[in-house]
Amino acid sequence: MLLPKIPGLEQIDQYESRGGYGILRKALSMNPGEIVDVVKKSNLRGRGGACFPTGLKWSFMPKNSAKPKYLCVNGDESEPGTFKDRQIFESNPHLLIEGTIIACYAMGCATAYVYIRGEYNKWIKMLQKAVDDAYGRGYIGENILGSGFSTNVYLHRGAGAYICGEESALMNSLEGERGYPRVKPPFPAQFGLWGCPTTINNVETIANVPLIMQLGWEAYSKIGSPKHPGPILVGVSGHVNKPGVYEMATGELLTDIIEKYAGGVVGNKKIKAIIPGGSSTMILRGEAIEGVRMDADSLKAAGSAVGTAGMIVMDEDTDLIEVITRITKFYYHESCGQCTPCREGTGWMFKLLKRFENSEAREGDIELLLDIANNIEGNTICALGDAAAWPVQSMIQRFRDEFEKRVMNSAATVGSMEAVA
Amino acid sequence: MLSPQNLESIEVLKTRYQSPQSVVLEALWMWQDEHGWISEDGMKYVANLLQVPYHHVYGVVTFYTMFNTRPVGKYKVEICTNISCMLRGSRKIIGCLERKLNIRLGETSPDNRFTLMEAECLGSCGTAPMMQIGDEYYENLDVLRVEKILGELK
Repeated sequence: MLLPKIPGLEQIDQYESRGGYGILRKALSMNPGEIVDVVKKSNLRGRGGACFPTGLKWSFMPKNSAKPKYLCVNGDESEPGTFKDRQIFESNPHLLIEGTIIACYAMGCATAYVYIRGEYNKWIKMLQKAVDDAYGRGYIGENILGSGFSTNVYLHRGAGAYICGEESALMNSLEGERGYPRVKPPFPAQFGLWGCPTTINNVETIANVPLIMQLGWEAYSKIGSPKHPGPILVGVSGHVNKPGVYEMATGELLTDIIEKYAGGVVGNKKIKAIIPGGSSTMILRGEAIEGVRMDADSLKAAGSAVGTAGMIVMDEDTDLIEVITRITKFYYHESCGQCTPCREGTGWMFKLLKRFENSEAREGDIELLLDIANNIEGNTICALGDAAAWPVQSMIQRFRDEFEKRVMNSAATVGSMEAVA
Repeated sequence: MLSPQNLESIEVLKTRYQSPQSVVLEALWMWQDEHGWISEDGMKYVANLLQVPYHHVYGVVTFYTMFNTRPVGKYKVEICTNISCMLRGSRKIIGCLERKLNIRLGETSPDNRFTLMEAECLGSCGTAPMMQIGDEYYENLDVLRVEKILGELK
């Protein structure tokens, strides 16, 4: 539904011939408050990582505001293992645009900014073409389809910073600042872009809006898992035969996603571990994914999270110390530097993990590593600190033996060196 | 200096935001596209153009990794080494690139044709390993394909 296999759907003529923008017409005849209500009742939850109920988020926007209101569509897509929004820009950009206009109408936003990571310049151009075409047909701009409602959609290009996917950093970046997250409260719905009421939604979240309006909230809420319904784009990468983005209803078994969608593990090897929803989500042991489903509740119960549904599969021969070292290096590199625990802690963790990687870890290093992770978590302005701590904490919790081996090895090395001396 | 065409675009862009400061990133992109990298002169120019302090522009340029704060080769080859690419052999691709270009990660070839850089996740995990050269993504890489791509660039 988000990515139907229809050739040429990225062209406005083809999109229109499939009924595209018809839902916008319908939405514009409704009361804006009704639309917020429909999205609320549909139980749509954000697809950007936090699974926050979208309708509830929309309802935080003040109905009457002397200041202009803004919608930011978050296409910064930089979480390692995540490559789904890109498919929407490429294959179904008008669905995103239609959803954006409906969202603007529902919340009374006169401007929407679609923030896209700088590396995606090719896809920015694709989306810009679709936006231009939509302006040309009167779906964006002044007095849309004669409804009296006007809104503009502008694309805004980032320049390489994972942190700009964090909603308040994204707003700062839009204001031409460094991508520093803001202290909350105040929340964006009260004090967002230039101090005005602002809502930030992920690209895939917004692409779900026309579907809800088309199907009605009741039918939509019955797709997949009741508490986290709808179609979801799952990106599967790593050691599988057919990596890629697969659209499915929420609640698919992780084992089915790997076997039925992604063609199973390369060389029929056993699964050692999976990261279910992008590098920030907690790692799971291969044998622990039996019966676990791709939805917020099931993954939470399993000790992880849906995140961005970017699933990374690792076979039995994977060096998990190398994996966690690389993940930590990423957060070290991407920490914006505002908060000391994150700025310093990510570097310390990386340094310690390098010791494990080189089998030079000392007695007590596991506890030290855990101590640093625990002291980053919850002590920073934004969730990047948590995102850096969770993979480390879960890796130690679930694969402690991998760490211990590297300590023992180093002790053995030191022992033999002493014997030589 | 920016081209008259870009200066015209900047005037249009300014109307889209409450403050001209929002155009800083786009103006820097334009400067980089025209000049290859962003020098101190470039930062001062953008600061003056948008009426924001020079130190602010400096802060922005040094924050975002895609802005080149020193000259780079004609082709900036960025290879993703993040987890999904790592699991599918990005290390081998780096080895191949380093051998073929005779430079190490972070270096520029003496003829200024190539700069080789390590990149964080570029959102191409399903088609790993991958590299980006300019706007173009080169995906599902293996050694043979890398050699072919480099051959075509020369």
